[in-house]
Amino acid sequence: MLSRPGRLQTFSVKGVFWLLLALTLLTLTGCSEDGVWNRPYSDEQARTNTLFSNFATPPKHLDPVRSYSANEWAIISQVYEPPLQYHYFKRPYTLEPLTLTQMPQQRFLDAQGREREATSEDVAMTEYHFHLRDDIRYHPHAAFARDAQGRFLYHALSEQQLDRIKRPADLPESGTRRLKAQDYTLAIKRMAITANHSPILGTMRELIVGLADYSDRVSKKPLTIKQLRESSVKGVEVHSDTHFSIRIHGRYPQFLYWLSMNFFAPIPWEALAFYRQPGLVKKNLSLDTYPVGTGAYQLLDNNPNRQMRLVRNPHYQHGTYPTEGLPDEADPDLLADGGKPLPLIDEVVYLLEKESVPLWNKFLQGYYDASGVSSDSFDQAISVSSQGDLSLTSEMQQKGIQFLSAVEPTVFYLGFNMDDPVVGGYDKTARKLRQAISIAVDMEEYISIFLNGRGVAAQGPIPPGIYGYERNRDHFNDVIYQWSDHGPVRRPLDEARQLLAEAGYPDGKTPEGEPLTLYYDTPATGPDAKSQLNWYRKQLAKLGIELVIRATDYNRFQEKVRGAKVQLFSWGWNADYPDPENFLFLLSGDQAVINSNGSGVNASNYDRPQFNQWFQQVKRMPNGPERQALIRKMVKLVQEDAPWVWGLHPKSVSLFHDWYRNVWANPMANNTLKYHRLEAAKRVEKQQAWNQPVVWPLWVLALLIMASVYPLVSAYRRRQRQTLVGNTAQNAVQNRAADESKAAPSTSSRKSGEGPSC
Amino acid sequence: MLAYMVRRLIYAVPILIGVNLITFALFFMVNTPDDMARAQLEAKQTTPEMIQAWKQSHGYDKPLFVNNESSGLDTVTETLFVQESLKLFMLDFGQADNGRQISEDIQERMWPSLAIALPTFLIGLVTNIALALLIVLFRGSVLDTATMIVAVAIMSISGLFYIIAGQVLFSKMLHWVPISGYESGWEMWRFLILPVAIGVFAGLGAGVRWYRSIFLEEINKDYIRTARAKGLSEIRLLFGHLLQNGLLPILTGVVVIIPTLFMGSLIMESFFGIPGLGSYTIDAINAQDFGIVKAMVFLGALLYIIGLILTDLSYAFFDPRVRFDQ
Amino acid sequence: MMAPLWSDYMIWLLVVALWGWGLILRRSPQVREQWIQIFQSRIAMVSAIILLAYASVALLDSVRFDTAQKGQITLLDMAFESIATQSERTYSAPFADREYNQSLVTRDNGDVEQQYLPLKWVQAEVSIGWATLQVLLSAALLTALLVGLHLAWRARVHKLGLAEYGRNVWRDQTRLPWRTAYVTVLLMLFVWGWLGYLSQFYHVLGTDKVGQDVLYTAIKSIRTGVLIGVLTTLVMLPLALFLGISAGLFKGWVDDAIQYLYTTLNSIPGVLLIAAAVLVMQTILNNNPQWFGSTEERADLRLLFLVFILGMTSWTGLCRLLRAETLKLSQVDFVTSARAFGVSRLTIIVRHIMPNVMHIVLIAVVLDFSGLVLAEAVLSYVGVGVDPTTHSWGNMINQARLEMAREPMVWWSLFSAFVFMFLLVLAANLFSDRVQKVLDPRTQTR
Repeated sequence: MLSRPGRLQTFSVKGVFWLLLALTLLTLTGCSEDGVWNRPYSDEQARTNTLFSNFATPPKHLDPVRSYSANEWAIISQVYEPPLQYHYFKRPYTLEPLTLTQMPQQRFLDAQGREREATSEDVAMTEYHFHLRDDIRYHPHAAFARDAQGRFLYHALSEQQLDRIKRPADLPESGTRRLKAQDYTLAIKRMAITANHSPILGTMRELIVGLADYSDRVSKKPLTIKQLRESSVKGVEVHSDTHFSIRIHGRYPQFLYWLSMNFFAPIPWEALAFYRQPGLVKKNLSLDTYPVGTGAYQLLDNNPNRQMRLVRNPHYQHGTYPTEGLPDEADPDLLADGGKPLPLIDEVVYLLEKESVPLWNKFLQGYYDASGVSSDSFDQAISVSSQGDLSLTSEMQQKGIQFLSAVEPTVFYLGFNMDDPVVGGYDKTARKLRQAISIAVDMEEYISIFLNGRGVAAQGPIPPGIYGYERNRDHFNDVIYQWSDHGPVRRPLDEARQLLAEAGYPDGKTPEGEPLTLYYDTPATGPDAKSQLNWYRKQLAKLGIELVIRATDYNRFQEKVRGAKVQLFSWGWNADYPDPENFLFLLSGDQAVINSNGSGVNASNYDRPQFNQWFQQVKRMPNGPERQALIRKMVKLVQEDAPWVWGLHPKSVSLFHDWYRNVWANPMANNTLKYHRLEAAKRVEKQQAWNQPVVWPLWVLALLIMASVYPLVSAYRRRQRQTLVGNTAQNAVQNRAADESKAAPSTSSRKSGEGPSC
Repeated sequence: MLAYMVRRLIYAVPILIGVNLITFALFFMVNTPDDMARAQLEAKQTTPEMIQAWKQSHGYDKPLFVNNESSGLDTVTETLFVQESLKLFMLDFGQADNGRQISEDIQERMWPSLAIALPTFLIGLVTNIALALLIVLFRGSVLDTATMIVAVAIMSISGLFYIIAGQVLFSKMLHWVPISGYESGWEMWRFLILPVAIGVFAGLGAGVRWYRSIFLEEINKDYIRTARAKGLSEIRLLFGHLLQNGLLPILTGVVVIIPTLFMGSLIMESFFGIPGLGSYTIDAINAQDFGIVKAMVFLGALLYIIGLILTDLSYAFFDPRVRFDQ
Repeated sequence: MMAPLWSDYMIWLLVVALWGWGLILRRSPQVREQWIQIFQSRIAMVSAIILLAYASVALLDSVRFDTAQKGQITLLDMAFESIATQSERTYSAPFADREYNQSLVTRDNGDVEQQYLPLKWVQAEVSIGWATLQVLLSAALLTALLVGLHLAWRARVHKLGLAEYGRNVWRDQTRLPWRTAYVTVLLMLFVWGWLGYLSQFYHVLGTDKVGQDVLYTAIKSIRTGVLIGVLTTLVMLPLALFLGISAGLFKGWVDDAIQYLYTTLNSIPGVLLIAAAVLVMQTILNNNPQWFGSTEERADLRLLFLVFILGMTSWTGLCRLLRAETLKLSQVDFVTSARAFGVSRLTIIVRHIMPNVMHIVLIAVVLDFSGLVLAEAVLSYVGVGVDPTTHSWGNMINQARLEMAREPMVWWSLFSAFVFMFLLVLAANLFSDRVQKVLDPRTQTR
């Protein structure tokens, strides 16, 4: 305990003063070399050629066999290289070779494997041939490290070695090797093993010749690496180190799109052998956390709890900046770096940023180089004209912020369950009910209120930018819209009421005179959900229909949709590849959840034989007038039947600072980081200008504290004198004070779950 | 003493089993393993085979409480509950549903949690005691009444307000500290200063009132009166006698929360982007990751029980009259 | 046509129960004296009046009618009809007559320009000062009337002349601080009247993202806050009383079992337990859509379930206190002798134990109230609070987090939620302090 209390008094006055002074000096000088206090990373980092980005949810799977989420692909697409990629600039979306010397060659075969003409009726299989470049090497990795005798150094790590590492790069040696055709076929074989949980195995089993057999064979018991390497899928052949082929059933031109996805990225067997060690698995070190690839970057740090760090792959030399393909309306500066070797940025740091609020603030402070725009920061950043054109606000322009906007190949819709007795069915009355609701749900208003104009109202299932999308005087949704000079305009509400009356619900009343009650299921529970749900209710209330909202968690919602236990529901679809087939199949009968035991993607259970038949044709056709005519007929049919309220296609809007260059929106391509460029010096300059700390409140605070010391001391002196004079008078006061003392709550102050201290 | 400890530890076992029982029952009332598989697989199209494979590899293919397919003792032991509980008691937290090793994550995230909870706790304790002493010094005066009203006011404001206002004022307007984030090493303090300050401030109301009442109870005791009668100055009285004697109830009161500091603070961590165990838990709830939820509930319960035992021990340590031997 | 929800029934049931309890307590002079002692403090008097005001708003909001045009509305909706229905397009600041953000407007000649669009429902020509004066005068008149009536009644009780009693009040020489009460009533009437009257012409606290009046949302949230604070304790009381007293009285294995139960529950981190239970509740609700016909009923049921869950997880503290107290009481002479005389255990509980633990119950109830109101906000933040369509301060704060990041800041939602919540919780805390001080025997003995 404090043994000499007598000295305390002088100590407290002087001590407080010195403490404050020291603290102020410390904060003024010690923080940062450039006078900025609130930079969320170090000053040195800010000066290097490092991009600062963020992730909201840690990516769960970085293993390409498993990974399917956008946030995961944002990382691994920089590391892995499937055979093909999308051209950075070209529209419509165009594939180009990535690790190949040329685009794959196709051969058409009949059932016996004999080559046939492309137009032949007998074509039963298609074979694709891939020729690899020979100058591609993996990034340095411990899995490749060998000793002088050529034995692998780290395929059997000792406990000691394990104790010392937190990531593969902590091992002192590393190696590399050339990319081989076997690495690609190994990836396909891994896909077939059910324990790897590949999300596309179901699709590929039907497609790749022999994969189903192989999958059933190898999934029964775990294989050794050797067995895996030696086994083979019938339709997948290695012809040489740089040449392999894949054979698929039937004709399916869309297959090439799949080959630009990470599922088909090469996997070196050395990595499998390395990561198979139990000691590494225990330390969360696996192919799922530390990928091994040939791309422009390698993932050096992966701490999903805090940050991830991509560093350029020193062996990368096969990519150059594109020199052509830029659409006419785009800024020609984007081609300024044409021909330069990639990547242009040395390092990318992704920081964990869960909340949109701090993320937005940090972007405005210049600490993130780019940012999306949340609905709440939107009207601060972007103004929307009545035609729906977006432009930056003057405030953003002054900061030199740039922006980019593109309609995404995505559709969000409000589905009707076609299996439902009230809203479903293909007879006239049910169709009219759906059409009436489709007119009443004013998607344009939704887009303007909740998305601030960041979207386009859908005319049918196919989004803009995808072959088959049409919105002109001759081809638009004339069930819901009528054509005006400015484009399609939603039909008046009276027509909807008319339709509703014809459907048997005059003024939204059932024949019994009760208001028609419909149920709307949604997984929306966020802060914004409340107003959105109210909005939906208002839309149907316009027709006199009562909408009961059943907001649930995502699991329950999915379960209900899968069980077809919904009436109205919200759902969306993101293009896997830029082809109309990928959207039309959302309405094909064999995908209906009731026909596929819940695993299909046709959540509204739309099942029209005519549509299904057309769909089978469209699926196999290459683009051309014939295909276009068929797609038109299909779209017309579903527009009439109205199984969805067509909803909207969102526009992605991204903002970025003017020191961040070569940014271009390509929603299909994921490996675009290598094209971007940074001017770090300019960044530091702006950060300094925007973040000078406001110091005066510190001084005011210090003064206030010092000013309060004197009255306290004098009050104490006075009291001390009083105590000496009248001890008895004091006691009365003390007793009163003691009475109040019990006021402190003993039960509630320690309660968990309340207040920030919990 | 040792016997007492052992008894307490044995008594903790049924409690932990009960805790597990509640967790399992609540969680599986909401989620079937099929749901979990679907949520984790994240595929656009999930086939029953994929779900079966996932359940098998994560051990969710066993029945929950009773296994009808086995015989004898196995009907109970060959179940999800017993298998998973046993692992928890061995402190093997296993694998999260998203595939990561939970122990590794807990070890990693414990430090940020501590980095924010420990300073908040210690600085809070010191500030609360200091202010309480100051107020006791001026007991019965206007200062006393005013401070008590301010204390109630501080208590009456939702913690969310402090955080939102603090971030807006100090980060957005004054540019003093980063809005959120975390860094290991020395740079850490720049990220911690705001959440710690807010945590201390928000706890001030309840804390000062609580310690003031303890000191006031103490100050009316005879030894203080005697000391005062001897002409000791008030400050000597407070720091010399009062603090020394008041510290005992304070210490025994706060011991219970020390172990739970490891668990971190749910709200603080998620607002300030600190990658600790609190935000780990909240993320797991939102993602309905049962592997993590059950591990964290178990850990929380365990730490709570340790806290209770520590409290008893601290009584025995500070107060020689308390003995556990009989 | 009346169309009460389940929570309406509950809250009125509670009012009736409190009334009955009050009647019983009136008979005991000792209890009466305690309550008079509580209200002797000016702070307690003011707090009680504020709490009463909140409670009456909650009660007004719990008288529900079904109307043909507007669906379900409550008495409160009728009182604030103008702002309940008059919603704007989007954000507008308090007392503004234009929207908060510019919109692009195409003029007739085809030019596009940035404009602050005018609000639909604001009558900017009404002078705020003049309206304030009107309200002040009416509030003063109304207060005078009420005070007059009250004075006359008190004077009759005290058998004093009206003038003389009035003088005592003026000099603050009455036993209860009536002068403070009168001033508070005047202030309350003025504030409510001012808000109500001006809201006919302005959005006094601005509008939110979809143009809903923030004042209306804040006032509607009162019912949610009060309901959670009050009904939760109602749910947990029987459980805590029953288990706490049985554990203390029967001892042995009963005591062990109950202790085991609450230690187990206690050792699960609170928020986790609540979150898990709320998820279960949602599942139950989703599997039984036939329980509710409308969105309101669904939200109401969810609120009740939340109250139930909070009750289930918060009884342990009180239970432990009751057990300890019962243990102590069962050693006291009159209980041991009663038992020796063969008095049945039930009678012992009703006659001897219950009355002697009532103060603990009361203190716990008032103490828990403010904690529960605050907890609602945190739970909404975690995502396990009330239904997103329910008006509540938690939902408001949750929304406001995003608004504070805007530039310029939209501060009025947070501000309104803060003020409304702060007043309620502060009043509750101050009142509970006083209740504790008077009722807790530990503080009285000294």
